[in-house]
Amino acid sequence: MSECESTKQTVVALVENKPGVLNRVASLFRRRNYNVDSLTVGRTQKPHISRMTIVVDTKRANVQQIVENLRKLVNVIDVRHISNEPHISRDLALIKVRTNDADSYNQVTEICERYPARIVDMGSKVAIVEVTASESVVEEVIEKLRPIGIVELVRTGVVAMGRGTRIHDTQYEPTFGVPVNGTSNNGVLI
Amino acid sequence: MLLSGAEIIMECLLREGVDVMFGYPGGAILPTYDAMTKYPQIHHVLVRHEQGASHMADGYARATGKVGVCIATSGPGATNLVTGLATAMMDSVPVVAITGQVGRAAIGTDAFQETDVTGVTLPVTKHNYLVTDIHELAYVIKEAFHIARTGRPGPVLIDIPKDVQNEKIEFVYPEGEIRLPGYQPPNAANDDDVRRAIQLINQAERPIILAGHGILMSGAVGELRELVERAQIPVALTLLGKGAMPEDHPLVLGMMGMHGHAATNYAIQESDLLIALGMRFDDRVTGNLKTYAVNAKKIHIDIDPSELNKNVKVDVGIAGDLRTVLTQILPGVEAQQHQTWLNRIRDWQEDANERDILHTYDGTGMIAAQVINDLWKYTDGEAITVTDVGQHQMLEAQYYPHRRPATLLTSGGLGTMGFGLPAAIGAKFGRPDEEVWAIVGDGGFQMTLCELATAAQENVNVNIAIINNGFLGMVRQWQEIFYEQRYQSTPMFNPDFCKLAEAYGIPSKRVTERAQIQEAVEFARRIDGPVLIEFVVVKEDMVFPMVPAGADLDKMIRRPKPTERKK
Ligand SMILES: Cc1cc2nc3c(=O)[nH]c(=O)nc-3n(C[C@H](O)[C@H](O)[C@H](O)COP(=O)(O)OP(=O)(O)OC[C@H]3O[C@@H](n4cnc5c(N)ncnc54)[C@H](O)[C@@H]3O)c2cc1C
Ligand SMILES: Cc1ncc(C[n+]2csc(CCOP(=O)(O)OP(=O)(O)O)c2C)c(N)n1
Repeated sequence: MSECESTKQTVVALVENKPGVLNRVASLFRRRNYNVDSLTVGRTQKPHISRMTIVVDTKRANVQQIVENLRKLVNVIDVRHISNEPHISRDLALIKVRTNDADSYNQVTEICERYPARIVDMGSKVAIVEVTASESVVEEVIEKLRPIGIVELVRTGVVAMGRGTRIHDTQYEPTFGVPVNGTSNNGVLI
Repeated sequence: MLLSGAEIIMECLLREGVDVMFGYPGGAILPTYDAMTKYPQIHHVLVRHEQGASHMADGYARATGKVGVCIATSGPGATNLVTGLATAMMDSVPVVAITGQVGRAAIGTDAFQETDVTGVTLPVTKHNYLVTDIHELAYVIKEAFHIARTGRPGPVLIDIPKDVQNEKIEFVYPEGEIRLPGYQPPNAANDDDVRRAIQLINQAERPIILAGHGILMSGAVGELRELVERAQIPVALTLLGKGAMPEDHPLVLGMMGMHGHAATNYAIQESDLLIALGMRFDDRVTGNLKTYAVNAKKIHIDIDPSELNKNVKVDVGIAGDLRTVLTQILPGVEAQQHQTWLNRIRDWQEDANERDILHTYDGTGMIAAQVINDLWKYTDGEAITVTDVGQHQMLEAQYYPHRRPATLLTSGGLGTMGFGLPAAIGAKFGRPDEEVWAIVGDGGFQMTLCELATAAQENVNVNIAIINNGFLGMVRQWQEIFYEQRYQSTPMFNPDFCKLAEAYGIPSKRVTERAQIQEAVEFARRIDGPVLIEFVVVKEDMVFPMVPAGADLDKMIRRPKPTERKK
């Protein structure tokens, strides 16, 4: 099933890098009873702009409503429903697996060879596997590793970008609050 | 000019054309109260509870279309504003609220009277600000007024720490244009949508216009009338759309919805085209969505894109300003007759007339419908009426036809009891030239009656009509219909309202019979200043028609005809 037919839809929002903006977005989703699958926030090439990638489950609310309600937030500059266009999306997971015998170690390395995954930390009892891929591939890797013994797992949530010259940007320059040295409260947007 | 933050606030309010604000002082806002002494051009009205201040600002805004301003201190002062902000938010009313906050260094330390006011008010404001840099203050105030009054209007709150109010800077007013990249309300429609809307309008055989609050807010009264008269399309009004067309116009059917006119609801259900203008298909308007106007094509014009296809799926949804979009559509609309359709509606109206309690009532006591209809008669139908919430509110909608925009002010979306009296005071400040009546129930009146003192102190010329049925009437009605008359917590002990008025030095009269109504109304109209009239009405009265919550719009509980009753 392609992403467009699934109930999971990806929306990208460019927002002002100001205190409270993440709270406004989170509050909107809670208030309108929208179901968030994952939400990531990070800096962009412009210090005053942050970018959110939000994966929503649209079983309850249609994605157009979600997009329009996001657009209504004053600090949200631009919103795109990126599932509608060719795009790249990536999720990153760190997976700590039990590798206390040669057999399990071999299984892990084998999986890492077949997938965009690699061992980034190796101890006598456990290893950390990093996988960066589309959400479904990350899930596949997790399922492959599960029988070996996952003891800890963390995922970043999906980030996405339109392909080719579909550039998502804004010309906006703020009057105030341009963070010094191009950093912005360490990227914290609470 | 070296100015303090507090003085900058006042300078900015002046530049926004503010002439009155409603508020209550306290520690964290004291610097701004002190600055008020230097700005006598802005009149400050001291309320008795901050909820009253937010409703007064709301009433002022609804009556004038301008931004209403209220002001309060941190903590409890600010939280007391919340009900009024939520009320304004639901009904899209432009209000700016200014609150004091504890000093910047104390924020987050649970300081005395510290509340996270921007957090608390986030879901009940269109936008809000915490100003932590005095250099931003003037920009923020300018933005706040702009956001409050443009697009889909709404309340905006500005929280200002006390030390920001005290800090001094060289003040230069930001004259330039406001730059808000994430805020661009839509305006005009695209040609394709306009063409499709025109086509549907010209082809319809049983069209009906649903005129809402947006008509008033966009100032599209003239355009609406042109559309209605040229294409002979009947018009139904939402509660907040009353005044969009004069209700004595032959094509105006009056209110739709839960307590709307039966003929109006039948017409909606049988129509082949709904033209929804600046209304948001509230559940009190639609009833059961699955059976709502199923045979009708639907055009929806609203300035808020997120309203389109929210509750009702539409064939043509246009995000834009009504006045602009109607101006685009009008040139394509053909003159029509729709005689068969209009005759059909007339039949429903005649049937409703036979059931109207005003013509059929044969009981002894005075009923609220009589009071409101007589009030209409003796104020020449020209007063600004401000209601509270309940049976009297619905009866006002049914029995006080309005001719002009912004002459019925009422809390629709939130249904806030306690709104009536303070909103009427605010409205009178905005429209001193108009006769203003607060029409309130004995329940809701007691929620904000402390504002009688404000009315007396300011000698505000509002007339207060208390419809006293000794019950929380609307709730009692539900208990009668849906809870087998178990009147749990709805009968009320009431004070002697006339003595209460007297305690505030407010003239009053008690009316117990219909024959006394005219004299009492004239008494109130003669006196310059607040007057209270208590109308003692039948205790257990009902508002009909009534669509039970969630039922189909045409499955109304109706008052039987006298002939049916006798059987
Ligand atoms: C006890 C009780 C009973 C009630 N019963 C009824 C009833 O029987 N019938 C009834 O109608 N209501 C009833 N109501 C009120 C109801 O709850 C709603 O408040 C009301 O229907 C809303 O009307 P509206 O959609 O016109 O106004 P609003 O809710 O104010 O919506 C206005 C719409 O206009 C849009 N708009 C604003 N500016 C513009 C512009 N410039 N251009 C285009 N669009 C614009 C806004 O985006 C918004 O979508 C009742 C309320 C109470 C408390
Ligand atoms: C603040 C608030 N609390 C409760 C309600 C629920 N409610 C709706 S109508 C009503 C009764 C109103 O009684 P009254 O003010 O006497 O007016 P009446 O219906 O008798 O005209 C109540 C309690 C409300 N709308 N607002």
